[in-house]
This record gives sequence, C-alpha cells and structure tokens, in this order.
Amino acid sequence: MRIPLSWLREYAQVPADASAEDIMADLVKVGLEEEDVHRPSDELAGPIVVGQVLSLVKEEASNGKTINWCQVRVVPEGAEQTLTGKGIDPSGVQGIVCGAHNFVEGDKVVVTLPGAVLPGDFKISPRKTYGHTSAGMIASSRELGIGEDHDGIIVLSRLGLDPELGTDVMELFGLNDQTAEINVTPDRGYCFSIRGVAREYGLATGTEYTDPAAIVKVSAATEAGHEVVLKDEAPIYGVPGCTRFVTREVTGIDPTRPTPRWMASRLQLAGVRSISLPVDISNYVMMELGAPLHFYDADKVSGAITVRRAAAGEKLTTLDDKERELSSEDLLITDESGAIGIAGVMGGASTEVSDSTTRVLIESAHFDAVSIARSRRRHKLPSEASKRFERGVDPELMQIAAQRAVDLLVELAGGTETTKITDAGQVPAPATILLPTGFASALIGIDYTDEQITKSLEGIGAKVSKVAEGFEVTAPSWRPDIAIKEDLVEEVARIVGYDKIPATLPVAPPGRGLTRTQSQRRRVLQGLADFGLTEILSYPFVSEAQNNTFGTAVAGTEVKAVTLANPISKEFRFLRTSLLPGLLDTARRNHGRGFRDLALYEGGLVFLPGDKLGSTVLPPLGAKPSDEVLAELFAGVPDQPWHVAGVLTGNEGRAAAGFTPRAWDWADALDAARTVTDILGTELEVAQGSHQAFHPGRAAALKINGEIVGYAGELHPALLKDLDLPARTVAFELNAAAALAAAPAVVVAQHLSTQPLATQDVALVVDREVVAGDVLAALREGAGELLEDVALFDVYEGKGIEEGKKSLAFGLRFRATDRTLTADEASAARAAAVEVAAQKFGAVQR
Amino acid sequence: MSDQTTEQAPDAEPNIPHPTDEAGIQGAVEAALAAIEAASDLNELKDARLAHTGEKSPLSLSNRQIGKLDKSEKAVAGKLVGGARGRVNKALAARTVVLEEAEAARILVEETVDVTAAARRRRTGARHPLSVLQDRVSDIFVGMGWEIAEGPEVESEWFNFDALNFKPDHPAREMQDTFFIEPADAHLVLRTHTSPVQVRSMLEREVPVYVLCPGRTFRTDELDATHTPVFHQFEGLAVDKGLTMADLRGTLEHFARQMFGAEAKIRLRPAYFPFTEPSAELDIWHPGAKGGPRWIEWGGCGMINPNVLRAAGIDPEEYSGFAFGMGIERTLMFRNDVPDMHDMIEGDVRFSQHFGMEI
Repeated sequence: MRIPLSWLREYAQVPADASAEDIMADLVKVGLEEEDVHRPSDELAGPIVVGQVLSLVKEEASNGKTINWCQVRVVPEGAEQTLTGKGIDPSGVQGIVCGAHNFVEGDKVVVTLPGAVLPGDFKISPRKTYGHTSAGMIASSRELGIGEDHDGIIVLSRLGLDPELGTDVMELFGLNDQTAEINVTPDRGYCFSIRGVAREYGLATGTEYTDPAAIVKVSAATEAGHEVVLKDEAPIYGVPGCTRFVTREVTGIDPTRPTPRWMASRLQLAGVRSISLPVDISNYVMMELGAPLHFYDADKVSGAITVRRAAAGEKLTTLDDKERELSSEDLLITDESGAIGIAGVMGGASTEVSDSTTRVLIESAHFDAVSIARSRRRHKLPSEASKRFERGVDPELMQIAAQRAVDLLVELAGGTETTKITDAGQVPAPATILLPTGFASALIGIDYTDEQITKSLEGIGAKVSKVAEGFEVTAPSWRPDIAIKEDLVEEVARIVGYDKIPATLPVAPPGRGLTRTQSQRRRVLQGLADFGLTEILSYPFVSEAQNNTFGTAVAGTEVKAVTLANPISKEFRFLRTSLLPGLLDTARRNHGRGFRDLALYEGGLVFLPGDKLGSTVLPPLGAKPSDEVLAELFAGVPDQPWHVAGVLTGNEGRAAAGFTPRAWDWADALDAARTVTDILGTELEVAQGSHQAFHPGRAAALKINGEIVGYAGELHPALLKDLDLPARTVAFELNAAAALAAAPAVVVAQHLSTQPLATQDVALVVDREVVAGDVLAALREGAGELLEDVALFDVYEGKGIEEGKKSLAFGLRFRATDRTLTADEASAARAAAVEVAAQKFGAVQR
Repeated sequence: MSDQTTEQAPDAEPNIPHPTDEAGIQGAVEAALAAIEAASDLNELKDARLAHTGEKSPLSLSNRQIGKLDKSEKAVAGKLVGGARGRVNKALAARTVVLEEAEAARILVEETVDVTAAARRRRTGARHPLSVLQDRVSDIFVGMGWEIAEGPEVESEWFNFDALNFKPDHPAREMQDTFFIEPADAHLVLRTHTSPVQVRSMLEREVPVYVLCPGRTFRTDELDATHTPVFHQFEGLAVDKGLTMADLRGTLEHFARQMFGAEAKIRLRPAYFPFTEPSAELDIWHPGAKGGPRWIEWGGCGMINPNVLRAAGIDPEEYSGFAFGMGIERTLMFRNDVPDMHDMIEGDVRFSQHFGMEI
C-alpha cells in the first residue's frame, strides 16, 4: 500500500516536516512494515513553471516536419523575471521550439526552463534546433513522468486550471508530495486505505485521528433505488456471497471533465493510473475509505439487479474486452440481460461508463472474501478491489462510500444527487469477545493495567465494557480478523508496545540430547568429509529420464516418482529417486569451472511413492482429527528415506613436486560407501552388481542382511559420454536410512585372546569369473572358530597359471582362546577352509 | 687414504718395541693416540685401529713377545704392555663415540628437506556450511534441553496448512508459493516451512514439548541472489503450562547471544502469521555485521494460535506455547557475509572448501 503523505495529513497529525521515512518508522511499531519510498522530486527538479503562449509561428523544417516557434511568457504581465541562469531570459519571455500541435496562442502551458531536470536524468538547457535557440521545453505528462497517454503537451485549461504565470508546477501538480510504501499483512485489510493507515498512525504516535468515514454525511433515502435481489443459492462454506448491496444514482454528469490535478496526483502516487473522471473518483474513494465501488452506466442496466452464482456455460465479456467462461462458483452481478459483472473482481463491458454516460449507478457492496478469492484466482484477475474484498471490507462502509462517490461526482463531474437509495442485505451483528481478567498479562508476561487494556482496545475502534469476568469487547466492523481473545491480546500488546515485553528464559525438562539416529547422521556426513569428500546440497527436481536411469537398476523400467503440479521447469517436474543426478550436475558444473579433481557427496531425502499417494481427506482446522484419519494422512505421505551418495572424478589430489596423485577408481567409491557403514557399525556385504548407470563389469551391489541397499563403482562409459563427464568417473549411492536401521543397538564386546597368533598363507587357483569375495567367504566358513581374520593379499594371472584361471592369495590368521596352537592345528584349519572353497568354487591349492 | 695412513700402512715394517722397553712402548702408545685423535671419520678410525691394535701393530706384536720373556720380566712387561693397550683401546672407544655422533649429525643434515615445497596430497573434504550451521543451531538448543525433530519434505497439506490454522482460500495460504503434488486431490505439497514438524512433534509427544525442527523447505521462487526455491529453516516450538511472550523473547535472546555474541539483542515487531497470535517479526542486532552493527530481519515468531494446539489435541486453556522460525541461508548470508544465494546452492567446491569443517 502506497500512502501519499498529503493524503495521510488530511486525517492524521503528521508533522509538516516529516518525511516518508519518518512515517514508516512510526508505522512499523504497530506492525506495518516499511517497503519503499517514492518521491517524484527524486527524478524531477525545477524550474518548471506555468507559461502562456504569446505567439506561435508554424515553420516547415527541412525534414518535412512542421514545428512551432513559440514565444512563451513565464512571469506575470508587468512582473520581472526573478529566476536567473543560462538561457533564462530576463524579459520573462522564452523562445521555445515545440513539435506538438494541440495548443494555440493564449494557452497556458507547463514550461520546463533551462536548469530543470526531467525523469531519466534529462537536463533542460538552451539548445540550437530548427534554426532557433530553444530555451526550454513545453512539457507533456509523459515528459514529466506523471502520466502515460497524451495527445501532446499539457494545456492547463483542459485540466480546469487557470493559474498565474510563473506558478511553480511542482507545487501545482503535487510533485513535492512523497509516498510511504508499506507492507500490509493479510489480516489487516483495513490498512489498504488511507482511513486505516491514518488510524494506525494515530495509535503509533499517540496523536489525534479523524475518521474520514465519520465526516461523510449520508443523505436520507426519499424513495427506493434500483431494485436489487440477493439470491445466492450456493454459498461457499455456508457464507452468502453478498451480504450487503447499496446503490446510489447520480444524474447529469459530464464524464469527460478532467480529473483535478490533486486527485490525479494522489492516485498516481498511490500507484493507481488516472483513467477518466468517474473511474478516478471510484478509485479515490476506494483508496481513501477501503471500500471498492463499481459504477454502471445506469441507462445500460436493464431491470432489476440480481446477485447470484453463475449458471453452467454462462459467459461474460469483462471490461478488458475478454470473453470469460464462468464457473458455477463465480458470484455474478446480473440484470435482465444476464451477467454484467463478476462480483468484486471485474465489471462487464456492456454496462461500462463511457464518455457519453450521463446517469451513473453506483454499486457499493460487501462480498464474501473466499468467493472473491476463488473468482480472482480462477480468472487470473487480481485487482485493487479483489485485494480488499479478499482481506475483508468494513461492512458498515457501504452507504458512506457510496455517498462519498456521489459527493465527488456532484462536485467534480457536475452531476446531480438523487436520493433514490437501495440498501439490500444487512450487516451481521458484530461478535462480542470476552477477554478474561489477567489473560493478556498471562500470555504476554506484562502486568497490563485495566486502563492500558481499555485504552488500547478503544484505540483500535473496539467497544469495551468491564464485566465481572473481565472485559466484554466488540471488535470494530473493519476488523473481521479479530475473533478470539488472543486476537485482543495482540492488539493490547502491540499498542502498549512489543518493546515493553521483558525477557525470561523458560527451563525445558531434562533433555535427551540428539537421538542416536541424529548423531549417526551427523557422523556419516562428517566422516565422508574427513574421508576427503566435499558436501553439496542439490535441488531434488529431476527429469523423467534421470529418474529412469538412476532410480532403477534395470534399463527400460519406469520409475514411479512424485510429480509436481506447478514445477519451475516442466522437464524437471519430478522429485528425485536418486541423489546421483544432482551430484553429477554439480560435478559437471565444477568441471566446467576448471576443477577436474572432484570428490563430492550429498546426504538427503529421495522420494519413493508407494501404491497410495496422499489422501483425499482434508480434515478441518482447529480440531485434532480422529486416529483413523490421522493414520490415513500419515500413510499417504510417501516414503522418503535418507540416502547418501558420492561422485569422484579425476585424481585424489593435485600433482605437485614429489607427489604423483592416484586417480580415483571404482574401489574408492566402494571404500567411501564402506566408510558410511563402518561409521554406523553396520555390516556391509559387497557383491558383483548390475545397474544400468554403472559399468557392467565394475559395479558392486551393496547389501545389508542380503538386501540390496545401494551400488558403488565406475559409471557406465556411455552414460559419462552423454553427461560430458570424464571417463572413469566413479560413484556410490546408499540407502543410509536402511543402514542406520540395521546398525546394532548395542555393540557386544569381543573377548580378546592373548594366545599367540598362527599365520598361514594359501594361494588358490579358481576360474577367472569366480569373485574373490565369494572365495573369501568360503574360507571363512570352512576355517572354523580358530580363524581370527582372513584377507586377500594378491591376485595373479599369467605365467604358471592356466589360461582362464587366476590365483588368489589369502593370509589367514588363527588364534585359540585357551592355548598356543600347534602347527598341525593351524594347518588342519587351513585345510578345512580350502576344502570348502574347493567344494564351492573348484579352488585348487597352488 | 690420507698420507698418514700410507705412512702407517700395515704392510710397512713396524718398529716393534721390546715389551719391557718403557720408552718404546710409550712411543707406540703416543703414535696410536695421535693416529686415533687424527682420525676424522669412522673409516679413518678403522684404519687407525688396525694399525695400532691390529695383529701386526707394534703393541700387539710386542705383547706377543711377552710369552718368550723370563718369568721375572713377564710381570713388568705384562703390566707395561697391558696398560699401554688399555689406554689405546679407551682412546679408541672415546673417539668412536665422538665420530659416531658426528656421523649421525652429518646424516641428519644431509637429509634436510624443503618443507615449504611439500604438496597437499590427499586433502580433507569439506562440509557444506549450511549443514554445519544447522548442526550449530541444533547444538545450542540441545544444550538448553530441547529435542531436535524432523519430518518429511513431501508433506500432507493438512500438516502444512490446515493444522497450522491456514484457512482454505485465505491469502496467507497463497502467499506461501506452494509446490503442489499431483494429483491435486491427494492433498500433498512440498512443505513450505518446517512448521508441519511442530504439529507432528506435538502429536508424538506428551506436553511439555520443547523441540527445534531444522530442515529443507520449498517455495516456488525463481533462483536469484536472495531467493531460492529450495532452502532451509529452523523452527522452535515450546508448549508448557504458563509460557508467555516474555519467555519467547528470553529464549530468542539467549539463542541470539549464543550465535552472535554477548552484544547481540533482538527486537520484536507486530506481524501476522496464521499459526501464532500474537505474532511478531524478529530483528536481530548483529554486532559483527559487515559495515557495522545494525538491525537485520531474521524471522518470525509468536504465541501459538489456540487452533494449532487444538489440531494437535492440546487444550489451549491449560497450555500455552510459543514458536519461532528463521532461514538458515539468510542466517549464513549475514553471519558469514555470503553475498549471493547462487554460491550456496550451485555446489561450487570452492564455497564449501573455503569453510572446511567450520563456519
């Protein structure tokens, strides 16, 4: 909301020297947040004065254009020019070349004299043009930055002005005014008016306030006005779409009269374009009082007005000349010809006020906020009117706002007031709220006096009476947001001042610290950083192709994904089922910026919708849903496990003198994944894996308790080529939530034996396809209880080994808990281990 | 080989003193001591040892002659030659120690490296500063006895709006710029704030409840220097008997001081949020702000609206509570002088690596 200071001053005690910044500093204390300041004088500087065209000679220029060589008097006849400066003629008459043709000798015009500055940092100075020295400019509205449409320069008589020559136009046009722009929260619809802001200013500063609504004298009806029927047969949430509809009529207006400068200036400063006198008047009343009005050409309205919901298939051509398909939820203003407006949103073209209108029918109505909000959204027609209706308009204002419009039409448009008045519907009785004694103090922590409470609430316009239990408060008609006692407490607290609230520190019950899961998650994230990876946080928005590549191991499988209805990018409208797309995008971005050695990781949620997505049930607010409904709500929320993933490319470090870094390879990806499970204390099983995003021969399936929980290895070369990432880039992804869940609750201690160690090495020849992990598992299984540890220490193929076979060398460590093992015992255990490997994989000892 | 060694080469004909020749023995000892003293490294000392204590050295040869002497001379000669050899050996041992130490010192000097030339090999990685800040905030509240709570990012519309007293069709609901999930009648959204976790927390726990809910949130803003569609928040919630807005202020003030130092203070301004009544905007006096201490908009807060308590099955006549919420990106921006949102979300490794593990 933009508040021109001159307008605010009419109803609030604003000091003469106060700036927009000062006003905002006061308003912020009562909750109207500062946004911006607008000052025409920041862009516009004088001397800009009223002049009179003494003579005008038309001259044909060499480019074929006709220009006017004008002599313009800029001081009163007989007076001396007091301004000085280069190009200002001491005679008080300026020679000016002007290209516009909408004026004649004798017209009073706006002259920007040398030294003036116009918007766009356009400096006026005498300049040679068309064979003359033009010492200034005769200005148009656009050149002054005060209007868009113009048919030439400003002729003051056409604005109804006849000022003295030399008058300062900055002052005349209200260009020294300034605007405070404030942010109005959705509960304070009444602050979308000078009326509301002036009241708040009074409350913030403790100064007097004049209610502009209170000074309007509403004429008494002498006869019934236009017939109005309120007939809402489909109220939304049981609230009728229209509760009050007032009509007034003004005859004999001249709609072509110019809007007076003061009104046009204030509207412009308030951010409203000046269109025509009748439209400007309705906007002016709305900005001043907060009640949106609509003017009809009374001669174009046929028969009684009915306010009703639209019928199926009904259409309306609105003021913007668009034909609109109406919904049966749209609240309409209709006459006997059909729809003539979407209530509170936009009027129809057929009854629009035009240059030939003489009789105006004024609508001043109160519409239901929800109904207006839905129509506005449906037709994408946000307007100053709908903005106010959606936030609640004072239902007591209807007659007052209509009268104010009548008065202005009479005063400015030459109309005649009629007292044919319709006032259909009624104002609902205001609710009375009990504010119990001590409640405000108990909620805020200040001991408010009765006087503070009464004065604050009366200040906002409420009626307050002291009763035995506390205060009985009737909220003002313009505050539909005040409904419960807590609302009253906020009013008391803000009027007395939030800065008066003391600080006390409540003591929470003894805590439990982080949960195990929370601290485990932290340790995983920290552990990967310690491992050498850099954490990133990527957006979860991915394409269908990305999900279908990374979210499933098998190519050609359609991945079920959560889909956004209103994504930022249509392509990336799916939520991720894997963290890898985001990591790979980030890797590519870094690569593009010259970072070739990368090790990135991310921990975050992936979104895995099950068969049931969401719930059609949406319980009402303000009450706890039943356990069944709650269970349904919980069940409808898709599974969102915490994943951890990483991408490594290039080398583990940068090459330097005396250091040749190793390239990251598939085993590093696997190692990073193992770091995660090591941190969690979960046992990770590694098996040959197959995943479409990975190299078919260089991927590990990561399993916990036999279930696959992720993959690690080298990414598929074809995929890397597509992604424009270096060959041999490796990655891992792990359902870390599953790993977390599998971690033992209690780690049982190992009982250490101090008996001596017996080591035995064994080399086994197996088919090349047999994987070491399986052989190792077989050895472990066969070796029995004496085995403390077994590790693969060499893999050999080549000379001495049959083609198609390989030799795997394992070191076995044996130890008994109670004795020194003999060489025979250790050898026997080794033989038993080899035996199982031989049975399972045909392993032959070398 | 030095000249000296050449002179005393083992193959030279040694001048063998008679074992009772006191002067001759003394001469041999002095020659030996001189050679030992003259040895400048362990190699030269080895030569000296051979020359003066070896089998063919004068003293050894002299010693060997003792056996042929008369009994009367043997004792004298034994004492004389034995003493002489003892002195030589002692000198040898002493010189060995000196030369060994010198040798060790020489090796250490030779092994000197240029430590400034060393490359960083495998660097440690880095945490994302948003993630570290989230932990830092959580730790402050854990220290106050609060619990940390989390919830899903795709959330039921009821938890995101209705339970928080956002009326259907109310402008406040629209101001949240919500990402909706298809189909519309599934009533799912990407949570627009972490507040749904508050409701979940109240449903899960017995009162009193003191929880902090950090997490990722979503709004349909285009990415620019100060906006991002995906961002992080932390929200606090306290429900207990007799909690007041003064308790809210005290909690926020304590937290602000933990984050920004003892000079930090907070300011509340009247505001509107559907889930709190009274509501306030929260400004922080940031003593370390770039360009000097100043007030910075930090977040929103207020006393929990009774409708929110009711939605969680808590009787607002018996309990009251407060809630507050701040943006983690915004906090990092003014705490650590991050000028542009892009740096936080693009994943440029320089951003995280500059911070390392700390913020």
